[in-house]
Amino acid sequence: MRFDQPATTNPIDRGRVVGVPHDRIDGPAKVTGTAPYAYERHDAAPDAAYGWIVGSAIARGRITAIDTRAAEAAPGVLGVVTHENAGPLGKGRFNTAHLLGGPAIEHYDQALALVVAETLEQARDAAALVRIDCVAEEGRFDLAAGIDGAEVPGPFFGKDPDSAAGDFDAAFAAAPVKVDQTYTTPDHSHAMMEPHATTALWADGRLTLWTSNQMVAWTVGEVARTLNMPPENIRLVSPYVGGGFGAKLFLRADALMAALGARHVGRPVKVALARPQVPNNTVHRPATIQRVRIGADRNGVIDAIAHESWSGNLPGGNVEMAAMQTRLLYGGRNRLTRHRIAALDLPEGNSMRAPGEAVGMLALEVAMDELAEACGVDPVELRIRNDVAYDPEAGPDRPFSSRPFVDCLRRGAERFGWSRRNPTPGRVRDGRWLVGMGMAAAFRGNQMSRSAARVGVDGRGTVTVETDMTDIGTGTYTILAQTAAETLGVPLEAVRVHLGDSRFPVAAGSGGQWGANSAASGVYAACMTLREALAQKAGFNAGDAVFENGAIVAGNRSVPIADVAGREGVWVEDAIEFGDLDKTYAQGTFGAHFCEVGVDAYTGEIRVRRMVGAFAAGRILNPKSARNQIIGAMTMGVGAALMEELVVDTRHGYFVNHDLAEYHVPVHADIPDQDVLFIEELDDKSSPLKAKGVGELGICGAGAAVANAVHNACGVRIRAYPLTLDKVLRGLGAVT
Amino acid sequence: MTLHENTRRAGADAAGEDATAGATVPVTLTVNREVRHLTLDPRTTLLDALREHLRLTGTKKGCDHGQCGACTVIVEGRRINSCLSLAVMHDGEAVTTIEGLGTPERLHPMQKAFVTHDGFQCGYCTPGQICSAVAVLAEIADGIPSHVTADLADVRFSDAEVRERMSGNICRCAAYPNIIAAIRAVAEGAA
Ligand code: FES
Ligand code: FES
Repeated sequence: MRFDQPATTNPIDRGRVVGVPHDRIDGPAKVTGTAPYAYERHDAAPDAAYGWIVGSAIARGRITAIDTRAAEAAPGVLGVVTHENAGPLGKGRFNTAHLLGGPAIEHYDQALALVVAETLEQARDAAALVRIDCVAEEGRFDLAAGIDGAEVPGPFFGKDPDSAAGDFDAAFAAAPVKVDQTYTTPDHSHAMMEPHATTALWADGRLTLWTSNQMVAWTVGEVARTLNMPPENIRLVSPYVGGGFGAKLFLRADALMAALGARHVGRPVKVALARPQVPNNTVHRPATIQRVRIGADRNGVIDAIAHESWSGNLPGGNVEMAAMQTRLLYGGRNRLTRHRIAALDLPEGNSMRAPGEAVGMLALEVAMDELAEACGVDPVELRIRNDVAYDPEAGPDRPFSSRPFVDCLRRGAERFGWSRRNPTPGRVRDGRWLVGMGMAAAFRGNQMSRSAARVGVDGRGTVTVETDMTDIGTGTYTILAQTAAETLGVPLEAVRVHLGDSRFPVAAGSGGQWGANSAASGVYAACMTLREALAQKAGFNAGDAVFENGAIVAGNRSVPIADVAGREGVWVEDAIEFGDLDKTYAQGTFGAHFCEVGVDAYTGEIRVRRMVGAFAAGRILNPKSARNQIIGAMTMGVGAALMEELVVDTRHGYFVNHDLAEYHVPVHADIPDQDVLFIEELDDKSSPLKAKGVGELGICGAGAAVANAVHNACGVRIRAYPLTLDKVLRGLGAVT
Repeated sequence: MTLHENTRRAGADAAGEDATAGATVPVTLTVNREVRHLTLDPRTTLLDALREHLRLTGTKKGCDHGQCGACTVIVEGRRINSCLSLAVMHDGEAVTTIEGLGTPERLHPMQKAFVTHDGFQCGYCTPGQICSAVAVLAEIADGIPSHVTADLADVRFSDAEVRERMSGNICRCAAYPNIIAAIRAVAEGAA
């Protein structure tokens, strides 16, 4: 099914199953611990041996000698894989560094060896006996020191690193009110609860990987390229993913090393990264230095806006596109965005939840708060005044498909009680707490991606959906079942959903918040094709037939689809293909965050007291799971605002706080009740479902709302995230 | 003959006998009301004994270092991080894991409440959250105070008490308010 015209009325509009807050259909398996994750496939590989990865202890250099004899002689050891015996390896297109290092070492904790043993304890102990001699080379580890030599990166996902409209410099110089500030965000770790893990099995030259991965088809291709083997000989299975947030978009060392280990010892092998290996061995969100300049009139109406961002990566790695939202979010005739990349020898930077916007909004939305203060305009009103109905770089010829941004601002403000905010910082006191309110916009682009599914119905009327789509906690199982149930007119209980197997048709995968809308549209496309096949088989005209209550109905004739399917069943496959409606129209998801914090007047400790958000993301396919996505992302935004920072050792080139004791993420006690309001919206230019993505929207701007609330509470403006109490204390005056 | 060679055999059987460890020790655990005899490498954590030897993979490994709570199980009525404890330390003790609380067909009230209140996303922290939550309600009922208990003689349920006590169970998906809602529903008997 090709989607190149705005959607018209279709079976999804009935809204009997889609749009209903159903409990997750994978819930019972998850709450009983019976959902099998990648390292738990005793069913498929009962004799799997255990692999343990040995990582590099230096950031950059060369291996001069490897001695594995002691490890190989250790009890239970079956073999040791290094670059010397792994055979020729290619490199995946999405990997910057090699997943198995040697002789060149590209980053700290890059995998250099895998020890395989009968038990985990034996593999782990023997790993300490692998002797790797290397010479270290000078590396570049400091982003701030690297920005002078930073370069113009190549296009990222087709987007140019620079953009401009009008004459920014002249307009900014002439503006009566100016903000010109620099903000920094540190490196972030995905810190999903399940470390990267894979069970690998070879049989007759064919490889099966039970792995924890967001993008099944991409990763099959990457395994093929890395192992120099045909993709049709690779099966990848990823039905349950214990969190990803971008860390599991790609082939990583767990999967490659498990495959190499299994081939080496002639037995299935499973490998999980040890938690302390995750931040340095895998990928992280790169740190940024961002300069935002806004020129406005005295009423806060923007005439000039510029956002420049610097980030680092290994040579050949991606830039963090932190200025992207600034191209679309606010009006103003004179505009400029720039991204620059510095070569660093830290571990590989890559996508983490809402790459670009998550950190870009931390800067832009504090700059807007600073502009509001400079103009004496309420921050909500300031954003309303700068709303724009079209892509402000391209002009009115490229309107937004739908943009209920002002609704989000107004309804969110009302729900939160924004009118009670005292605009003068430091005036509200609750015992030892200075109390403040802050807000920020939420914005994330809407992306779509081709997505296929196979759908069948059997003689009992059971509908089965098969697609290689993944559910990384996003609720995919449930929304795909809802989509099929709605389209085919059957109850939700009649639908089975099988995901995450490369034997199934290729779906959009889970990334860039494109998964739900794209994959559900793919299932919709397949179900519409199935309707045609069933109608034809039953002698109906598909155009006249209505599918409801498990039957095809036209005129006064009604035939159960179970009877039509018969003993052999009816199966079809189809895909959604997106035309260029996303080029004709600017498309995005919008929202507004509101936050109340307390800042301890004596210690500078910050506590989030309440959070409210209003969001518009097209049709909300399942309000229960969508809300969960939003609150989870808001919480990750609180983490970015208050605590998350991979600390770089700029001498040795690695992240020092590489475990969950030292890399702090929000815990129960940090998060109050969160109130989420969805604004009714149907976006007919986004997909046949009129839905948009929702998984990343909630993090965009959430941290800025916290930072703005801290400023309102105590008058301290911190532009270097995270807002730890030492930075607050430096700005707090003597306690009165 | 070294200590290691004399016990090395190929393969490990599903009952959990570890055939190739250096020195092994017998350990008996009562897991989910069933007596299980194991022969374990003494380095084996309680978590790995459950996941790898008894193949009870409902209990998760998030960090293996006592930092995340994914491995929480109930031992002799109290919750512990099973990754921080060697299996041999629990010889003769009773362990309840997520599998012992309920099954998909017969959910424990806490499991049911987690589904109803959508107290999870990816599901990986979930068994630990649920085991912890069940034990937290028991701790409160037993009058065990926490860091946020105002009156040590009057320990009672509140959202603040639960947030404090559950803070050793990280949920990176951050279904936190939903988890609190699920626990509150069970505490109020409304699950
Ligand atoms: S696995 Fe035990 S606390 Fe994390
Ligand atoms: S549900 Fe994913 S970590 Fe809690």
